[in-house]
Amino acid sequence: MEGTYIPEPEEELPGLNVSNSQGLLQWISSVDHKQIGILYLFLAVLFLLLGGAAALLMRIQLALPGSTFLSPEMYNQLFTMHGTTMIFLVLTPAILGFSVYIIPLMIGANDLAFPRMNAFGLWITFFGGLLLYFSFLAGGAPDAGWFNYAPLNQRQYSPGPGIDYYCAGLLLVGAGTVGTSINLVVTIIYFRVEGMTLGKMPVFVWMVLINSCLVVGAFPPLNAALSMLLLDRQLQSHFFNLMGGGSPIVWQHLFWSFGHPEVYILILPPFGMLSEVFQVYSRKPIFGYGFVVGSGIAIALLAFGVWVHHMFVTGLGNTVYNFFAASSMLIGVPTGIKIFNWIGTMWGGSLRFTTSMLFAIAFLVEFTIGGLSGVAFAVVPVDWQLTDSYFVVAHLHYVFVGGSLFGILAGLFYWFPKMSGHMISEKLGKWFFWLFTIGFNLTFFVHHILGIKGMPRRVYTYPDISGYSLLNLTSTIGAFLMGFSVLFLLYILRKSVKTGEKAPNDPWDAYTLEWITSSPPALKNFDRLPPVYSLRPLRDLKQSSQLQNHTDGINTNILPSKSDRGGSFEKNDN
Amino acid sequence: MSQGSHVISIFNPQSAEAWKLSPLNNYLIIACSFIMIVVVGLLIYVTIKFRAKAGDAEPKQIYNNRTVEAFMIGIPFLMVSFFFYQTVKVMNETEPTVQGQVPTVVITGRQWWWQAVYPGTTVVTANEIHLPAGKKVLLQLESQDVIHDWWIPSFGPKMDMIPGVKNYLWVTIGKPGVYEGACSEFCGKQHAWMRIKVIADSPADYQQWLLNKSKAALPPADTLALAGAVIFNKKSCADCHSIRGTPAQGKSGPDLTHLASRTTLLAGMMTNTKEHIKRFINNPEGVKPGVRMPRFIFKKDTVNALVAYLSNLK
Repeated sequence: MEGTYIPEPEEELPGLNVSNSQGLLQWISSVDHKQIGILYLFLAVLFLLLGGAAALLMRIQLALPGSTFLSPEMYNQLFTMHGTTMIFLVLTPAILGFSVYIIPLMIGANDLAFPRMNAFGLWITFFGGLLLYFSFLAGGAPDAGWFNYAPLNQRQYSPGPGIDYYCAGLLLVGAGTVGTSINLVVTIIYFRVEGMTLGKMPVFVWMVLINSCLVVGAFPPLNAALSMLLLDRQLQSHFFNLMGGGSPIVWQHLFWSFGHPEVYILILPPFGMLSEVFQVYSRKPIFGYGFVVGSGIAIALLAFGVWVHHMFVTGLGNTVYNFFAASSMLIGVPTGIKIFNWIGTMWGGSLRFTTSMLFAIAFLVEFTIGGLSGVAFAVVPVDWQLTDSYFVVAHLHYVFVGGSLFGILAGLFYWFPKMSGHMISEKLGKWFFWLFTIGFNLTFFVHHILGIKGMPRRVYTYPDISGYSLLNLTSTIGAFLMGFSVLFLLYILRKSVKTGEKAPNDPWDAYTLEWITSSPPALKNFDRLPPVYSLRPLRDLKQSSQLQNHTDGINTNILPSKSDRGGSFEKNDN
Repeated sequence: MSQGSHVISIFNPQSAEAWKLSPLNNYLIIACSFIMIVVVGLLIYVTIKFRAKAGDAEPKQIYNNRTVEAFMIGIPFLMVSFFFYQTVKVMNETEPTVQGQVPTVVITGRQWWWQAVYPGTTVVTANEIHLPAGKKVLLQLESQDVIHDWWIPSFGPKMDMIPGVKNYLWVTIGKPGVYEGACSEFCGKQHAWMRIKVIADSPADYQQWLLNKSKAALPPADTLALAGAVIFNKKSCADCHSIRGTPAQGKSGPDLTHLASRTTLLAGMMTNTKEHIKRFINNPEGVKPGVRMPRFIFKKDTVNALVAYLSNLK
């Protein structure tokens, strides 16, 4: 019996004895990490459509000055739901979806450590999201922004039930996110295949590990704040109510000591995806593995010490600002390290410009714009001018869309053949890439200028001065282009699943273990695996079996037996 | 009148404080442009030079280069240190601490208008705030309800107005003129219509303005306006609005003593005309949804009398 022990949960793999029919009931009851991963992605798409529709309605309202398309009540509900949805119900589930799907495959395990908890995390997130959206039927959605500042979030100023649904919904969604993160931490620590020491873990696995720890640390302040707010609203306590001796500023401290780590929670896993994508399409190992991983750890630690840069105009005083200006500037350094290491990975490589790689390269440009505009908020006097203006709207969309989403799309085009068993037409993929990238920049680049010209955020309308009208109209046109391209992406994905060319096991000549197994993987991921000797076990395998030109059939015959594993593994050891 | 006459932009500094901040804006733009050019330049070079060609052998496998890494860490670190030094310096120069000085004006954010009280005088006004040009003045910023934020882009920094907290902002306006801004912290339904207008007067004009505005309201000029004054006090108007020199001493709405000398209504929402005042009294919710003023079912004559009275309060 050659090969290696494949870690799997102690209980028999749940569902192995279920018939292989992929009916709806089987999906709903599944505890298989691959099906749950895909369901997470469907969840993200569902809420992306809802959050995107809210964004388009807002852009219609803002297309012309003084428009009465939406009432201010409706506008405020829509922008609150747009932000909350995109952060908690689109980006987070998309990241968790890829994490729970790819991580066990990448570390050579057959499932996550706690498959049932995995299913719990998915469904509690789904029901939390539904509860949040139920508020529209129950008398009004939350209307105080996703940041939900006190005292505007108090019953006195927001008497509808929306904010109660916000608290309850996010507590549930948060429980799912924390549960899944703990699951990922345990899986990554205990379920790696033989030989995959921490120093040989792929960068994506590292980023998910760091990120999951970040989730576990960041969500408690949010949960505390939400619970306190629910008490304020339901039982007349006064944590945030000035009249009862509370303090509105406490909400901001609690919210942002969650909220800023959350920003990094949404970017670290995409950093990991991009690291895989750059390596494979450059045919080179990641440049400066230690630095890329180390800078991820640095970001995670610093993330807990920067929250006051959201509060530089609350009058806390220059002494406090000094500390948080320093920490916020410092966090730019490890982020910069990553950008240059990815360029270093491409340097001297043999670059293949697949759709996935195009998104990764575009990410470098968009995310650099977003990162640099972010430095503006660390430089306190510049923050004093630009915070709470449309400049922030530009910045955060360059980070969340140009950063996180571009990273996730690079990952989607990279892993789609593995997940679906079908290739995406490169031609259609590239159409989507250009439409989406142009639409995105058209929508959000002008927001920088609006902010510089003094247009505040979160306004349902604006006066016809200072050229606001033309810039806003441009943004609306861009938003519809983005909206159209998202529908086009869904069409492409559906078409690929229905009629796309069948995907081989390893279509990209990749490096990591998930490409050893079939596309899509069987319910049991691996029967046999080679022991891991380096960061790129699949490359080692291909080299050792003299299989220079990969084909579909990496079958078990070519798995090295213990006797014929040559020195070639050690040679490329990092 | 002067709407749009000055360019609202952080690149149009009109106060000494904004001037102090603006070199930092420029340094940041230069540094960001430099990094952007480096990143995009490298990407263009890399994507052209290292494009895969058919039959390429596996390229040389480079894992690390400590010299390159040292530059990657060192250069950003130096840039960040420079900006940190500048930040601390500019921050302390622009907004020194307030040591017991009496503010020139106390501005209170309300849903959704600005109240301005001038300590040492009886002047109370709303939304259009007069300040002397060429003099370093201190603004005291407060809130009556939720968090608001005071921002005039040409004056540099913004500052939150938080219930239970007194915040301060220094401003030294360069020359007389009209400067616009808006509430910059989301404060509810009418956050969009909480615009600010600062009228900077020459010191002499400013003294004259203070003198004029500290006077009680003009008595009604004609019988229609007189009827309006009676209605104003008899109906609920006086419960919320003050008109100094009359029994109307309400505190929850804007002071209307000199309403007719303002150029706009409802925090910049519309120009101050009889027609607009009438429209608003007839249907406050329809004009500015969410506004605190209730809708009174007045007869046409009653409204006309009120409008005649109010539009006379120079």
